[in-house]
Amino acid sequence: MKQPFPFSAIVGQDDMKTAMILTAIDPSIGGVLVFGDRGTGKSTAVRALAALLPPIHAVRGCPVNSAKPDDCPDWAEGVGTATHDIPTPVVDLPLGASEDRVTGALDIEKALTRGEKAFQPGLLAAANRGYLYIDEVNLLEDHIVDLLLDVAQSGENVVEREGLSIRHAARFVLVGSGNPEEGELRPQLLDRFGLSVDVASPTDIEARIDVIKRRDAYETDHSAFMLRWQAEDAALRDRIVTARTALTKLKTDDTVLRDIAELCLKLGSDGLRGELVLLRAARAFAAFRDDTALTRKHIRAVAPLALRHRLRRDPLDDAGSGARVTRTVEDILGA
Amino acid sequence: MSDLGLITALLRADAGLGGVILRARMGPAQAAALELLDRVLGPGPKLHPTMGPDALDGGLDVTASLAAGELRRTTGLLARPGPLRLPMAERATPWLATRLAAHLDEDATILIAVDEGIEDEAVPAPIAARCAFHVTLADRAAAHDTPVAGTCPAGVGVPDDIVAQIVTLAATLGIHDPRGPLLTLRAARGIAALDRRGTVTLTDATRAAELVLAPRATQIPEPPAPDAAPEPPQPQADPDPGTQIPEDILLDAVRAALPPDLLAKLAQKADRSAKGTGAGAKRQGNRRGRPLPARASGTGRVDLIATLRAAAPWQTIRRRADPVRTGPIVRKSDLRHRRYEEKSDRLLIFTVDASGSAALARLAEAKGAVELLLAEAYARRDHVALIAFRGDGAELLLPPTRSLVQTKRRLAALPGGGGTPLAHGLRKAQAVAVTARRKGMTPTMILLTDGRSNIALDGSRDRKQAAADVTRIARALRGLDALVIDTGKRPEPALQSLARDLNAPYLPLPRADAARLSQVVGAALT
Repeated sequence: MKQPFPFSAIVGQDDMKTAMILTAIDPSIGGVLVFGDRGTGKSTAVRALAALLPPIHAVRGCPVNSAKPDDCPDWAEGVGTATHDIPTPVVDLPLGASEDRVTGALDIEKALTRGEKAFQPGLLAAANRGYLYIDEVNLLEDHIVDLLLDVAQSGENVVEREGLSIRHAARFVLVGSGNPEEGELRPQLLDRFGLSVDVASPTDIEARIDVIKRRDAYETDHSAFMLRWQAEDAALRDRIVTARTALTKLKTDDTVLRDIAELCLKLGSDGLRGELVLLRAARAFAAFRDDTALTRKHIRAVAPLALRHRLRRDPLDDAGSGARVTRTVEDILGA
Repeated sequence: MSDLGLITALLRADAGLGGVILRARMGPAQAAALELLDRVLGPGPKLHPTMGPDALDGGLDVTASLAAGELRRTTGLLARPGPLRLPMAERATPWLATRLAAHLDEDATILIAVDEGIEDEAVPAPIAARCAFHVTLADRAAAHDTPVAGTCPAGVGVPDDIVAQIVTLAATLGIHDPRGPLLTLRAARGIAALDRRGTVTLTDATRAAELVLAPRATQIPEPPAPDAAPEPPQPQADPDPGTQIPEDILLDAVRAALPPDLLAKLAQKADRSAKGTGAGAKRQGNRRGRPLPARASGTGRVDLIATLRAAAPWQTIRRRADPVRTGPIVRKSDLRHRRYEEKSDRLLIFTVDASGSAALARLAEAKGAVELLLAEAYARRDHVALIAFRGDGAELLLPPTRSLVQTKRRLAALPGGGGTPLAHGLRKAQAVAVTARRKGMTPTMILLTDGRSNIALDGSRDRKQAAADVTRIARALRGLDALVIDTGKRPEPALQSLARDLNAPYLPLPRADAARLSQVVGAALT
């Protein structure tokens, strides 16, 4: 298979790229929702992200990619004790995937042919410690959404069916993309995404020409194109790794916390999740920028990403919630 | 060379073009086109629009597995070589559309999709975006010439200004998906390669734009102004006008190739996108699905208990025939599959004008109609909500319910009188509809009023502003099923235009009584 389009070669879409880099630095931010028209590079960016992430250590043969042999679930068969490096898992959850496929279920084949009661792990197991990507997330069927909500909240997948009683870790970063014209997302699911981004096609002809030229070069002159951009991707990967360590040393002032609380209060975002995500995202952003202390500048940059989808929607407001967040940020933090 | 002949040749030379969508009803034209494609591109697997993951990507081979006593898998259709054929592409399920789209992205496979849709039925967007060519065939059969053999277009160069031209043209035609210009570029390369030239010329680009961009246009470019001849002096220095591509050559060519019914199609598209529910809403229900008895045939999950129960009586006989096997011996005929039934419930939102003199009578009749409808609710799976607007606001008197008792208690006393804040009522109805849709119900609004709006959304008694507010909300509500019932003595033109804005039927019904109302609503909405 062809290598995915390099992340650094994506033209524009800075919000989307920033949001994805932030979750790569701090996975506890909790995922990205990308809403926008077709052909704005949503799926391209997710596939590219996979190539950008540093590899993880995992026990060989473990179905949930555990880091230590002790963490491997007891139902897993053929698990060794040796660990090896694997690429960060990026698992696709296709529309129309059945509940069994997502959570895992009784292995019917084994049950019928060998008469054994065995567990067949699903997509949630495969996505542990990695990313779960749902294209067209707004078209996902309701019962699958309910399942995801629960697992994304608890970080654990519990299967109680057909005489099986299985639980395993399922911590993953949820990445969803969709086209808002085709359907809305339930507020509960919206809330599970840490950051949200609206993408649109570039309105500038020059940018569009750039998009076409790069994509064309990727298709017709693949190896030269990859060679050129893989260097930039490697540099970006190094920055992400550096930022992960810098994150622990970052200073956070109480005044900044006060700013964040005030901002969320003024916007009336539901619950405390908004504050937490905004704080984490701002810290990751500061670490990515090599700054040593968290300041208003960082909050201002990531506030729309972290808060836009947490406001009560006014169906008649055409401007969208992004503009409302920006306005409030300017009111409270000063332009 | 005819369009289809050229398209076939281009596809054979470069599978990266994705494929072709033939929009044609069953007939000689469709048959001739498919025959040509078959002959040139070779045989390949045939898909069905409702195929599931097992068929496409391979799944459990039940017969072989049970016979052998170990796991056997089938190979999926997508793993087979050759161009994919998808008849009745307009019926493709969302799952199939996304899976095929991913497959086209990963592998250089050609898809030949036949779209037999009528009116606004169309091929799912993920597939349409990835197929370079969309061809609408005329009803009569056309003679197709056999295309010449092409060479691989990979080495063909494209001058930068042609790339810029194609991108600009796509933007002018309202094509925002970069796949449009990209596929145009690819097709232009292919056309040059067919002619055995090393560089793409303007003629190649024009021909490619006709084939790829014209069917994707979402807006018609402004025709050039007739008095464009005396051009104002160009501010930027333009040393050699000879190398400049005249902007309009490409545009003119494409304008000629635009489908004649583009305007009508655009109107359809606008309507469809305004609905905004997409395929998701249709399939979801507010109940997870009622389990039905397991059946022998089907594609769902195997019901283990029912399967074992079906296999149990035969164990003694089968054991005798196959004494070596351990465990229960299950044959394919024993398999029972689970089935679920899922339906979306309907929510009728009565939005009733409680202002003015006739309010009391109207409310009483609406109440009666609500109760009548609810009495039939068990048979018809309807939920009902009631909103009354009067004075300076709207009130949700009855939240969505199917409980007759609750309805009777809540509707016992209804106040009336005051101004007509129609906009408030509509906005409330919209909020209720949005919530209902989220729960998987299908909302329908029934508006009962006799007057025109006289209270604006901000509460002022400004008729003009009030009318503007109503129009604005009605446009936002478009896509919600609705029914406008005029209870006035004379038909009110403002209400007729409101019904037009809502895209809803308008029904003058003076002196509506409860029985007639519920009858009319029932008839209009089924």
